[in-house]
Amino acid sequence: MLIAFLTLIGCQLAGEMARAAFALPIPGPVIGMFLLAAALALRSRYPKAGERTFDDAFERTAETLIANMGLLFVPAGVGIIAEAGLLRQEWLPILVALFGSTVLGVAVTGLVMHWTMQPRKPQADTAFGPIPARPRIQP
Amino acid sequence: MNRALQHLWTPLAATPLLWLALTVAAYVAGQMIQRAVRGSALASPVLIAIVLVACVVLATGTSYQTYFAGAQFINFLLGPATIALAVPLAKNLSLIRSNFHSICLALLAGSMTSIVSGVAIVWLLGGSRTVALSMAPKAVTTPIAVAVSEQIGGVPALTAALAILGGIVAAVVGQQLLHGLRVKDWRAHGLAAGVAGSGVAAAQVASRNELGAAFAALGIGLNGLLTALLLPALLLLWR
Repeated sequence: MLIAFLTLIGCQLAGEMARAAFALPIPGPVIGMFLLAAALALRSRYPKAGERTFDDAFERTAETLIANMGLLFVPAGVGIIAEAGLLRQEWLPILVALFGSTVLGVAVTGLVMHWTMQPRKPQADTAFGPIPARPRIQP
Repeated sequence: MNRALQHLWTPLAATPLLWLALTVAAYVAGQMIQRAVRGSALASPVLIAIVLVACVVLATGTSYQTYFAGAQFINFLLGPATIALAVPLAKNLSLIRSNFHSICLALLAGSMTSIVSGVAIVWLLGGSRTVALSMAPKAVTTPIAVAVSEQIGGVPALTAALAILGGIVAAVVGQQLLHGLRVKDWRAHGLAAGVAGSGVAAAQVASRNELGAAFAALGIGLNGLLTALLLPALLLLWR
């Protein structure tokens, strides 16, 4: 668990350093994500004997963080109270643009992906059935 | 009684512990409320927690700076959590590679739609240029959105809030919307959540399907990259 956490913040640190060194316009964690993904991909392509690509503890830590990611957005989200003045003045354009633009973005991305990608064989687990009546609780 | 409460409150309000506990408690309450309404996406725990915490912070006359000084430990974990998205990404690399062209097309279309429609709607409804510029990068993951907003002349704090609220909108309506459009594939759902709703919507998809998580992680990363590069260039056209 500690090694897993160290891997994660180590990658973040590497990402931050890469950002500073090359003056990249992308935040450190996102660079770190690509770095770690590349490392994991290399490791699964050239496996060492007796070594597993995804160690259980590492995978569990990553999954726990992802499953509870919603909580991590709360402190920044509360920041909306600091912008109360602007919100009161321009609530209509903000509300309509936020909703309209997000819905359009989801629809266009999903549709273009749907139209252009190759269909998968039916047994593949990419497709999902009807929405379950009682979905799992999500963050 | 009031004096006793104040006596307790004053030293506690200055420590991180109180705001940390409040934030986690509000989120747990949000999860319980969602469970009580049978997991409806409308009862987003993120939204419930933000509203609850904001009410407490406002009611006690606490400044956002004081609150954030306490809650920043939670905020800090966003970095490691973003890195953790590399796991589903690496696990599904072959699927991503075989869909590379459609990912690029969908990303470009979705990213442009988010930016242009956000700016256009604010402008059409008579909003100010500052608000329009704050709206432009809102589909991107919060840290990139804030950096881009600062760079192009928006209000970073407003962009941060819009990025999270937009993510909640995408998480709440995204799945039903795409089902209505007959899109029933976790690859498309994941990418759409990542590109248009960043972390909040991605977290929702990620908790339900690993393939969706991989495409959502890719969507977040690639859209962050694209917007950070594209938006400053696009704005040269709109002076």
